[in-house]
Amino acid sequence: MSEELFNQMAQAVIDGDDEEAAALAQQALDQGMSPLEAINLGFTPGMDTVGELYSTGEYFLPDLILGGEAMKAALAVLEPALKSAGQARQVLGKVVLGTVKGDIHEIGKSLVGSMLAANGFEVFDVGIDVESEEFVAKVRQHDADILALSALLTTTMLHQRTVIEHLSEAGLRDRVKVMVGGSPVTQGWADDIGADGFAEDAANAVVVAKKMMGA
Amino acid sequence: MIRPKLEFLSRETVDRAIDEAYELLWDPGVRVHYDEALALLADAGATVDMESRVAQIPRSLAEKAVDTAPSSFHLYDFEGNPKVHYGGDDVHFDPGSAAIEIADYNANQSRVPVTADCENYVRLAETLPQIDAVATSIVCGDVPQEMADWYRLYLLLLYARKPIVTGTFAIESFAIMHELLVAVAGSAEALAEKPRAVFDVCPSPPLLWSDITCANLIDAARTGVPAELVSMPLTGATGPATVIGSAVQHAAECLSGITIHQLAQPGSPIVWGGSPASFDMRTGTTPMGAMATMMLDCSYAQIGKHIKPGGLPTHAYLGMADTKIVDAQTGLETASGAILGALAGVNMMSGPGMMDFESCFSLEKLVIDAEIVGMAKRLVRGVDDTADPLALDVMREVGHAGNFLKSKHTRRHFRREDYIPTEVIDRDFRQTWFDKGALDINARAHRKVQELIASYELLPLDQDLVTELESIAARHAKAAGLDKLPQRTVR
Repeated sequence: MSEELFNQMAQAVIDGDDEEAAALAQQALDQGMSPLEAINLGFTPGMDTVGELYSTGEYFLPDLILGGEAMKAALAVLEPALKSAGQARQVLGKVVLGTVKGDIHEIGKSLVGSMLAANGFEVFDVGIDVESEEFVAKVRQHDADILALSALLTTTMLHQRTVIEHLSEAGLRDRVKVMVGGSPVTQGWADDIGADGFAEDAANAVVVAKKMMGA
Repeated sequence: MIRPKLEFLSRETVDRAIDEAYELLWDPGVRVHYDEALALLADAGATVDMESRVAQIPRSLAEKAVDTAPSSFHLYDFEGNPKVHYGGDDVHFDPGSAAIEIADYNANQSRVPVTADCENYVRLAETLPQIDAVATSIVCGDVPQEMADWYRLYLLLLYARKPIVTGTFAIESFAIMHELLVAVAGSAEALAEKPRAVFDVCPSPPLLWSDITCANLIDAARTGVPAELVSMPLTGATGPATVIGSAVQHAAECLSGITIHQLAQPGSPIVWGGSPASFDMRTGTTPMGAMATMMLDCSYAQIGKHIKPGGLPTHAYLGMADTKIVDAQTGLETASGAILGALAGVNMMSGPGMMDFESCFSLEKLVIDAEIVGMAKRLVRGVDDTADPLALDVMREVGHAGNFLKSKHTRRHFRREDYIPTEVIDRDFRQTWFDKGALDINARAHRKVQELIASYELLPLDQDLVTELESIAARHAKAAGLDKLPQRTVR
């Protein structure tokens, strides 16, 4: 019985069907299934399959992202129950992610978020055109392990430095790793502003993030 | 939804070309070096001079033949499924045929191919989904010349699922090749009903028919195995210097071939094909990658499509290059030909893998060309405008959030909207490309060749059939002076 439900959960993520995923999550709760079990034995294996299919070339970015959306929809249903049970799902690390102030570019940042989520990270996407103070507040609020800063323009990438300065002022710099990305960003720039990591694309962002977590 | 289409000739020019081609059949007529063909023509009303071997074919006779030739037919795969549709504007590709050299990637030079090369070639061609049929592309140097033509087909039948484009180098070979094909099909009737192979038959420009080609043509007609005319005027050398002039000659050669063929067996399938070239006036070579070569191919294909209501099936040697190694010119010439031919609606294009004026085959080029073919086929599918509304719904759903990657509309459409290439085509970020070894297309293709050959799955052939094919081959090899067939490396 549970086995069949787990398979359906995995399939909903593989199909990128967020409505189905949320419905199955609700069904699990209604049946009295532990939310942690639903995540670990149902939805997460589906996300793992999506990741594998992507790495073998059978799945593409839209498949990956819709898989992530389905996962997110399920978690939105399950997490309140998880919290009230005093449990937490196991993640590789918590990532606060956003595009810096003055920059309204969404796609690159969202891709990195989906890739990280697909690979076992918990991602808090704070959006675009985000003030430095907001990044600092979110890092504190979620007790983030990694702060990922995106910028598409040479003019806005300067704000990546500003965010790092704000982190230091708030006394959080030692508690969080900072990774930067975006088309004008280079390893040299990352070194220059004192970031801990740089990735050229979403797939490499996962590699860098995993290294940061010692995984 | 519009299928993008390219036509070089006005309707009026097509009609004039067809009229002149019919006139050429009467004056000066065609020279035919085969008695049986001359007898067929004479019996049907052509004026034949046995001295000069020239047959003057009245227009009405040739028109009747065009009338009985079918507008379309299928080629079938090993399992008996129709895989290639010769007819309409359907577009297919098969590797170029009959290379006497193979490009050796590691040695960076070409050499005479052997049985193992042919085996590797078939395994590779079988794994490339963009390639619709295999061809007898490799002429093995480890068997006597006398058996080199049918030996290629023998190897293909052992390893290939796909339909086959082939041809002979001698009159006697047709019977051997037919015997091999019948062994696989089960009977001559089964083969005629679901032909596995098409036979290239080449007239000699201008307006000449050798004994080999006539015999092959008549044999193919009578056995019901499709024939593919490969008329090849060289502009300014063995044909008129103008594109349209050589297209007229091409039409006349095809019409005479169709006449002989349909007299032997009315209704037997035959293809309006060719391999002309724009003769190079500096070097005397026959560049397949020249622009006028491709324009001539597309022009004669257009004529073939208008030679009768419904047209005739078409073929051309397109998607080839004249280079000796795989380089930028190789891609330029191959892609130009494949794309132009696809736009012209040529049913079968023979070329992928071939370079050096149809004489040298490269496995790396075949893998690269498969990507070109994938793109050319995408091109002729056109822009799908069948959605209603075209974009209103998805634009309003996504709104200013701006991330269409999250939209189900994207997931529904993206796979079909573009051709998705393999990693042979570089679309990596710079650093990723660098991390993967900073390989150029040739190196990436070489890696892919090895990977694909290793992934090939053997054909589930009945052991009795293998034994039968081997014994047919061994018997005819002995007649050609070879006591033992070369060892097969893949079994």
